[in-house]
Amino acid sequence: MTTHAPTSAPRAGSRPAASSGTRRPTSPRPGRKADRGVGERPSAVSTGILLLGAAYCLLPVLWVVVASTKSGGELFSTFTFAPSTHLLDNVGDLNAYRDGLFWRWMLNTAIYAGVGAALSVIVSAMAGYALAKYRFRGKTVVFNLLLAGVLVPGVVLAIPQYLLLAQIGLTNTYWSVLLPSIISPYGIYLARIYAAASVPDEIVEAARTDGASEARTFAAIAVPMMLPGLVTVFLFQFVAIWNNFMLPYIMLGDDKLFPLTVGLSGLLNQGASQPALYTLVITGALLSIIPLVGLFLLLQRFWQVDLAAGGVKA
Amino acid sequence: MRLTTGTKVAALLATTALLAAGCSSSDAGDSAGSGDAGDSGDTAAAGPVDLTFWTWAPNMEKVVDLWNAENPDIQVTVNKQDGGDPAVTKLLTAIKAGSGAPDIMQAEYQKIPTLVSSDALADIAGNVGDDVASGFPEGVWNGVTLGSDAVYAVPQDSGPMEFYYRADVFEELGLDVPTTWEEFADAARTVNEADSDMYLGTFSATDAGWFTGLSQQAGASWWGIDGDAWSVDIDSEATKKVADYWGGLVEEGVIDNKPMYTPEWNAALNDGTQIGWLSAVWAPGVLEGNAPDTAGTWEMAAMPQWDASAPATGNWGGSATGVTTQSEHPEQAAEFITWLNTDQEAVNALVKEAGIYPAYTPAQAEALAEPPAFFSNQENFYELAGEIADTAGSFTYGPNVNVAFSAYNDAFGKAAESKSQAEFLDAVDTMQSTTLDDLKNSGFNVSE
Repeated sequence: MTTHAPTSAPRAGSRPAASSGTRRPTSPRPGRKADRGVGERPSAVSTGILLLGAAYCLLPVLWVVVASTKSGGELFSTFTFAPSTHLLDNVGDLNAYRDGLFWRWMLNTAIYAGVGAALSVIVSAMAGYALAKYRFRGKTVVFNLLLAGVLVPGVVLAIPQYLLLAQIGLTNTYWSVLLPSIISPYGIYLARIYAAASVPDEIVEAARTDGASEARTFAAIAVPMMLPGLVTVFLFQFVAIWNNFMLPYIMLGDDKLFPLTVGLSGLLNQGASQPALYTLVITGALLSIIPLVGLFLLLQRFWQVDLAAGGVKA
Repeated sequence: MRLTTGTKVAALLATTALLAAGCSSSDAGDSAGSGDAGDSGDTAAAGPVDLTFWTWAPNMEKVVDLWNAENPDIQVTVNKQDGGDPAVTKLLTAIKAGSGAPDIMQAEYQKIPTLVSSDALADIAGNVGDDVASGFPEGVWNGVTLGSDAVYAVPQDSGPMEFYYRADVFEELGLDVPTTWEEFADAARTVNEADSDMYLGTFSATDAGWFTGLSQQAGASWWGIDGDAWSVDIDSEATKKVADYWGGLVEEGVIDNKPMYTPEWNAALNDGTQIGWLSAVWAPGVLEGNAPDTAGTWEMAAMPQWDASAPATGNWGGSATGVTTQSEHPEQAAEFITWLNTDQEAVNALVKEAGIYPAYTPAQAEALAEPPAFFSNQENFYELAGEIADTAGSFTYGPNVNVAFSAYNDAFGKAAESKSQAEFLDAVDTMQSTTLDDLKNSGFNVSE
């Protein structure tokens, strides 16, 4: 919920940055910037719609920021968007909760999302490259299965995955969340598109002619060409794991292994006889989106690639 | 560089080899049995037993720390879970999967039949002393034995229901504390007339446990067991009376129809538009958490009565601590949960740290010497609570409480939304038929 807004915000912001031409000095459209600058004026209507969209995305974030500065009593009694001065107290309370367990959750989420996304990128790149560049029996079947996999929501698979992992005694470990995160049909699908589009067959042929092994061709030649696409796969998977609730919720019993989503949910659901720790949850939510916002600011230029590819694949 | 890597690999290999050797040698020791490995065998037996404990009571780890400090051989780790239903669902999944369940589990009373029928809770009758049973009120103890010779859990806290009200507003409006439901209805009208935004309470269609408590007070017991045959008696006169009463007040508009535990309800507690709450003995903690600025303005009284000559109350909430069937150390686990819920030091800590109302009678006097901080204006809070708790009737939960409760949410949700007294009565019938059908379809022996 909370991360939707920040993900959309940098995306919307990256459009003008991309079209300003600074990112692609070699772009074959040098006249475009000038055309736009002189000829068109942004219409009031479209600006208004964009502003509305921005407000729609940013208001919830603003709410989280404001609410996290309120004390427990003020949260339900003062005006919604009137900030208060208790942010540091709230962070202090959160820090004190079970000896700083929140930071452990933060670290866990970073591990699940970081390691999971990295492993997922490796698998996706290999599988996508193989599907795009090799001809083998059953390729169509595999690809169609993958397409079907894209349509199956991960939530549906959580229970079967739990039962399978329980059989080999891996539930309630880091692996129980990491392993299912490695395979991402959508990531493989994207990687296949990128491999087909960005790695010409001629180059693969040339590498083979020069005596490079298949592994080397992939690692030294295909991967660098697919890199922008792989960053997109990484971001997709990173955000998906960061926001994932159901899988870790079912897999994990030990609260020291919880990611942020499951940990914060526990603070809300304390049973009927206990008050929900609203201020801690809100402050925790605010802190938990900071790394995501940072990541997007750092990597947002790669999203431009995704937007273009998105137009093709959709 | 190359050398460093080589060294690392060598070190890694060496470590692995050592580990493997360690494992195999201990295996050998175990299989050798007594022999000259008697020494290592003893260490293994006396080695600390590690138990995991799923709970959602706040600060439970602080209570458990007391145990861990005194019992180096039985170390308990607290894993905090989402309260109530989610924890039970998770436990049942783990039981079905065959692994992943904790050793010890907090379970609300209404979930115990479900857990027992899913074979999730171990019978610890042999590990819990007979003297333990005598310390609990009979109704509470029945909740963990289900009327059999088995013991499936040790009761931790109970939730006798009481009436909480804003004493300052009552004084302002010249209201007396209602002692019967008739007076309660009159008070609700007076409050709503004084200010159309102000309510004496709300009918919460999302808190089935609350409605269960109200029905229990009226004399209902929704399930029954005779031998191994279950019966469902939700649509009894008692339940209908309660539904009819609340439906009337909601239709009249003098009682709010919004659920409890929402931000809106919290705001209403803060700004004084909800000035009463039919709740249980744990209410002070919730009020303190949601409306800290109203401290000192609330007071507690006994529930309004149907029959003033025979005072009664119901239970809302409360839970017990059980040992799961997957635990490899049920004996030690039973020892721990007995200590947790009956030892004076442990009960004192539970009251202080987790804010619960302990079910174990002998430990109450010392642990409940002071009123809750939020009710420091009411010196005799726990004295009064104790008297009220004694009037709680008995109530039997069945194995499909979750179905009945979700039927409550659906049916009463619609009825409260449309503010129709007739629909409140229909909702009771819906609950009855849904629950009965589910029980039959699940393969239980059902008598009608």
